[in-house]
Amino acid sequence: MSPAAAPLEPDPMTLLPPERPVQLLDDEGALHEVDGFPLDLKDSDFRDLYRYMVLARRVDSEAINLQRQGQLGVYASLLGQEAAQVGGAYALAEQDWVFPSYREMGAALVRGVDPGSVLHLFRGTWLSNHDPIATRFGLLSIPIGTQALHATGYAMAAKFDGKDLVVMSYFGDGATSEGDPHEAMNFAAVYDAPVVFFVQNNQYAISVPLSKQTKAPTIAHKAVGYGMPGFRADGNDVLATYAVSRRAIDRARAGQGPSLIEAVTYRMEAHTTADDPTRYRTASELAEWKVRDPIARFETFLEREGLLDDAFRAEIDEEARGYATRMRAEVYDAPHGDPLELFEHVYVEPPERFDEQRALLRAELERRE
Amino acid sequence: MAKLRMRQAIVAALADEMERDGSVIVFGEDVAAAGGPFKTSEGLLERFGRARVRDTPISETGFLGAGLGAAVTGLRPVVEIMFIEFLGVALDMLSTEAAKFRYLSGGKLSVPLVVRASAGSGLGFGAQHSQTLETWLYATPGLKLAVASGPRTAYGLLRAAVQDDNPVVVLEPRPLYGEREEVETGDAAVIPLGQANLCATGDDVTIVGLGQTVGTALRAAESAGWTADVIDLQTLLPWDRDTVFASVARTGRLVVVEESPRTGGWGTEIAAAVAGECFGDLTAPVTRITAPDVPVPFPPELEARYLPGPDYVRAQIDTLLDSGRLPVPWWETEGLGA
Ligand SMILES: Cc1ncc(C[n+]2csc(CCOP(=O)(O)OP(=O)(O)O)c2C)c(N)n1
Repeated sequence: MSPAAAPLEPDPMTLLPPERPVQLLDDEGALHEVDGFPLDLKDSDFRDLYRYMVLARRVDSEAINLQRQGQLGVYASLLGQEAAQVGGAYALAEQDWVFPSYREMGAALVRGVDPGSVLHLFRGTWLSNHDPIATRFGLLSIPIGTQALHATGYAMAAKFDGKDLVVMSYFGDGATSEGDPHEAMNFAAVYDAPVVFFVQNNQYAISVPLSKQTKAPTIAHKAVGYGMPGFRADGNDVLATYAVSRRAIDRARAGQGPSLIEAVTYRMEAHTTADDPTRYRTASELAEWKVRDPIARFETFLEREGLLDDAFRAEIDEEARGYATRMRAEVYDAPHGDPLELFEHVYVEPPERFDEQRALLRAELERRE
Repeated sequence: MAKLRMRQAIVAALADEMERDGSVIVFGEDVAAAGGPFKTSEGLLERFGRARVRDTPISETGFLGAGLGAAVTGLRPVVEIMFIEFLGVALDMLSTEAAKFRYLSGGKLSVPLVVRASAGSGLGFGAQHSQTLETWLYATPGLKLAVASGPRTAYGLLRAAVQDDNPVVVLEPRPLYGEREEVETGDAAVIPLGQANLCATGDDVTIVGLGQTVGTALRAAESAGWTADVIDLQTLLPWDRDTVFASVARTGRLVVVEESPRTGGWGTEIAAAVAGECFGDLTAPVTRITAPDVPVPFPPELEARYLPGPDYVRAQIDTLLDSGRLPVPWWETEGLGA
C-alpha cells in the first residue's frame, strides 16, 4: 500500500496508525484539510499558536545563554520541537493536566507557567519554583518515562472523582523503551483512563538514534498492543500536532480512553548543554531538518492568510523581550538556597528533631550575622 | 605506571579485561558511539567492535535482565547504569534475580555479571542524581559490592569484578571521574574483592571510608593533631572485618565516614560489628560521621554543607579525642562544625 493511499482514520479493528504522519501544512505552508482531523481554530488561535512558538524559542535560547554564562547548571533545549509541544498543549482545556519531562518549556509556556520559575530547577536554587497545582503542570520528570505512570494515576483518580479532566503526558522516543510507559499505557487502556500519551519523537535519546531504540515500524504502532489508537503527526506542523491532539483529547474526555500520539520531529540542539552531538550525528542530517523549521513553515501559512504583519511581529518581539528580561532577573545570581531549607519539605509534618535542628541552625546563623 | 584520570582507568580496566577474555562484553545507554556519558568507555567500540560494545535502548530492566541471561551462558557482561538512581527501575533483576540464581539452582548456574554505576554527590546534580544508594544493595546475599575511591582502585576493583563469577556491582563516585593519580595497570594491579586497604597509618584512631570519603578522611588526617589508620574499605559486600578489627585493636577508636544519610547508612554495619566484637579494645564511643537525614540538596552551598568535608571530619575527631564523648553532628549543634 502506498503511503499516500493509507487511510488516516485508525482502523477500529486494528487501531493501526497510518504510516504517513498527519500533516495539515505542507512544506510550503499551504493548508490541506485531512479527514478526521478537522481544525476548529479562529484567526486569534492561529496567532496564539505562533506567539507561543516564537516565545518558546526565545525563552529557550535565553536559557541556553544563561547556562553559558554560568547561571544554570544544565539546560535541555526544545529547539525544533516548538510545534510539537505547543500544538499539543494548546488543545488542552483549562482544567486539564500536563505531566512533562525536562524538555517541555514550550508546553509550560502554553500552560501559563512562568519560565523563570522553572529555570530554578536547572540553576539549583530550589527544586522548581512553579506551582504544579495552580498551573496544572506537574514536576519536570528526570527519571525517564516515569511521568507516564503518574499521568495515568492522576487520570484514573480524576475519573474516579467524576472530574471532567484529561491528562497529557509528554515523553521522548527513548522513553518508550522503558518499562514505565508500557505499564502506563496498558493500565490507562484497561481502565479507559482519560490520558493522552504524547511522544515527541525527536530521533535521538542522547546519542542513541531511534533505529537502535525500537524495531517497531513507528512508535504509534505500539498503541495497538494496548488496544488504543496510535496517531502520528508531523511534529513540525503545529496545526497537525494541534488537530491530532484535539482528537485524542476529545476521545479521552468523552470517556473513550487513552491514545498514543507520535509527533515526528527533530532535536536541533544538543541533548543538553552538557552534550556534544557532533560525535553521533552529521551536519547534513541537521541541515535536512533545518529546512523543515516549524516556525518558518507556520509563518508562511500566516503570511498567506494575511495574519502576520509587522505590528504583530513587533508585538511578539516586545513580549519575548519582556520574558527574556524577567527570566534573567529571576535567575541571574539568584541566591543559592537558604541553609534553613535543608530541612524543608522532607516530610509533611517534620519530625520533632527536624524542628530542633532547624532552630539550632537558625540560632547559629543569626549569631554569625 | 601512568597518570590516569579515574574515567581513563575505567576504560583501561575494561579494555584489559576485554583483551584478556573474549567473553567480556560491554553494554548500556550511550556507552558505544558516545563513549559513555562519563567517557568511561571511550574508544572501546572502535577497538572491540559493535558485537562486544553496544548501545542499548533506554531500558535498565532490559539490559540488567538480558545481562543476567547472557551471563548464565558464560559471557561476562559489564553493564552500565548511568546514575545509580536508575537502578531503581530495574532493581528486581539484580537483587531478586541475579543475586539469587546461583542459590536457586543449587549452584548449577553462575551469573558473572558486572554492574557499573556512577554514584554520590558533590557535583550539583540535585536530589535525584546525587545519592550513593549502596544501602539498596547492601542486604543482598549473593551480590558483591565494591566502591572505587580513585583511579587506582577503580582499575583494580573493576578488573576483579569482571573476573569474579558472582554478580558484582562497582560504584564509581561521580566527583572522582576527573581525578588523576599514578595507576599501575596489568594483572598485578587487580585488587581482590573483599580486601580493605590501609592507606595511612597512625595511632589514635581508625577511620573507615568508602568511595569519596576515603579522600576526605586522608585530607582530614593530613593536618590534624592526631594520627590515624585510614582504611579504604574498597569492598562493602563482603567487607574486610580482619583489617578493620586489627586496626581498632591498636587504636581503640573507630570513626566511620559516610556521605549518605545517617539513618541506615552502610556504616551502621561496621559500627555495630566493631561495637560488638571489639568491645574490650574500645576507649571511645564508636562514631559515625554522616550527612543528615534529608535529600541531597541542589544548591552548591547546601550540598557542600551536606557532604562531610575534611575540616568537619577533623573537627569531629578532635572532639571525640578531646572529650572522649560522641561528637554531635553539625545539624544538632550550635557549633556547626567547620
Ligand atoms: C531511568 C533513567 N535512565 C536513564 C536516564 C538518563 N537519560 C537522561 S535523558 C536520556 C535520553 C532520553 O531520551 P528521550 O526519551 O528520547 O527524550 P529526549 O531527551 O530526546 O527528549 C537518558 C537515557 C534517566 N534520566 N532515567
